[in-house]
Amino acid sequence: MAEQARYLKPLPHLDEENRPWWEALKRHELYLQQCRDCSAMRYYPRALCPECLSPHTDWILSNGRGKIYTFTVTYQNTAAGFREFLPYVLAYVELDEGCRMLTNIVDCAPEQVTIGLPVAVVFDDVTSEITLAKFRPAP
Amino acid sequence: MSLAGKVAIAGAYEHPTRFAPNKTMFQLMAESARGALDDAGLTINDVDGLCTTGVGMGWMGILGFCDYLNLTPNYVDSTAIGGSSFVAHTAHAAAAIAAGLCETVLIVYGSTAASQRFAIGTGGVAGGGEPCDQYELPFGPTTVGSYAMIAQRHMYDYGTTPEQLAEVAVVARQHAAMNPAAKYREPITVGDVLASRMVSSPLHLLDCCMISDGGGAVVVTSAERARDLKKKPVYLLGAGEAVRHTARGMRDFLDIAAAQSGRLAFERAGVSHSDIDLAMVYDSFTITVIVTLENLGFCQRGEGGAFIGGGRIRYDGGLPLNTDGGGLSSNHPGMRGMFLLIEAARQLRGEAGQRQVRECEVALVHGTGGNLGTRHSGATLILSNQAG
Ligand SMILES: [Zn+2]
Repeated sequence: MAEQARYLKPLPHLDEENRPWWEALKRHELYLQQCRDCSAMRYYPRALCPECLSPHTDWILSNGRGKIYTFTVTYQNTAAGFREFLPYVLAYVELDEGCRMLTNIVDCAPEQVTIGLPVAVVFDDVTSEITLAKFRPAP
Repeated sequence: MSLAGKVAIAGAYEHPTRFAPNKTMFQLMAESARGALDDAGLTINDVDGLCTTGVGMGWMGILGFCDYLNLTPNYVDSTAIGGSSFVAHTAHAAAAIAAGLCETVLIVYGSTAASQRFAIGTGGVAGGGEPCDQYELPFGPTTVGSYAMIAQRHMYDYGTTPEQLAEVAVVARQHAAMNPAAKYREPITVGDVLASRMVSSPLHLLDCCMISDGGGAVVVTSAERARDLKKKPVYLLGAGEAVRHTARGMRDFLDIAAAQSGRLAFERAGVSHSDIDLAMVYDSFTITVIVTLENLGFCQRGEGGAFIGGGRIRYDGGLPLNTDGGGLSSNHPGMRGMFLLIEAARQLRGEAGQRQVRECEVALVHGTGGNLGTRHSGATLILSNQAG
């Protein structure tokens, strides 16, 4: 609990719709969803396919690789948990499986970040309950 | 049923304040309402419809404002889709008037964002309860960061330069110099913009709109009634609205809501791009103007950076834009759609003084609400001093 008290950034609210996805992240597995009826891929996870409203879903394990679609180096954020760690890189990563997800680029200098840079997932266990999928330049 | 020419803006008023620490939000709204009704030659007793929303207002704030002004309208709309809301309200009010639900609608906004020190662009993004928030807020998105990611991708795909972005801010300041009410009126150069501190790359401080206090209101009524009032009617010719979001992870982020809302507004108005004498386009950030003009179809995608150069968007250029100085230099009390409407009305009536656009007959107003890099709305209106 001491660890959670120190972690000031917003944490996701888990519910019965999203819990399997977050529990998989805690096991260091990043999943996408695919509609069993119309094959549409989707990120973030949700109970029904937005294209056809089917409740039948396959969970697709991502290989955790992709490239940077776009990014910004954030120099100003007044919110607690972020203002202490400026600058940081906010980015959309396009996964090999096709979905674009908002994330942070870590483990590299902000000036090394470019669009198109190949990246690989880093599982950041930010609390004992929550793991976030961040990315770093692929080896 | 077409709305073209059936409804008009009969009154418009921009509150002169840019910093009002001794006034409340509702007071600024009431003062703005009085100004717009005076402008139209109407009284509060003529109002039978009300539209409002706000950054400082609660979920049911429209009820609180009805209480404050002792209003009992026949039509209310507090559509809340960000800074574009008042542009959308105008279309909704027009539809309601044309359908006979009400006759005279007050659309009003006020905010003390500056005196209450709201960090609108660079604080944590509000909300947190919706499914999408769970996958975004942990990573620290800000409003400026969301737009900055659009700018970064635009530069990567099309070679748009920081100098081209800066030009939007430079022209806004030139216009503000001709607007006595504008907050920032000292000239700036492209070099000044590039030398200002980086807030969220590639956007510098002077690529970002300000945060001010302020208020404004417009009164919308039937064209028939507007013709008997004090001021020259500003007719609504066409309207459109749209939203864009993360699209289950498949979003093309340079396709923005303006593409859809703009197409609808042009089709419904029956006018073409060459008919537009003035564009009032939400300038939350310099990049917003460039991608909005592209998506509205004034130029091809990727050409926006070059398009805004060479004086084209100056008040005396080929496509005068944001002649009041915009959110970059005149005012930005959290949501700016209201002031797009007011400046368009001033220009179409020939009341814009030194910055008056010559022979200004048709204006396009486009509001963007929310965050281009996650979820946003777009609302477009085409207005004219001719009924069509
Ligand atoms: Zn489906």
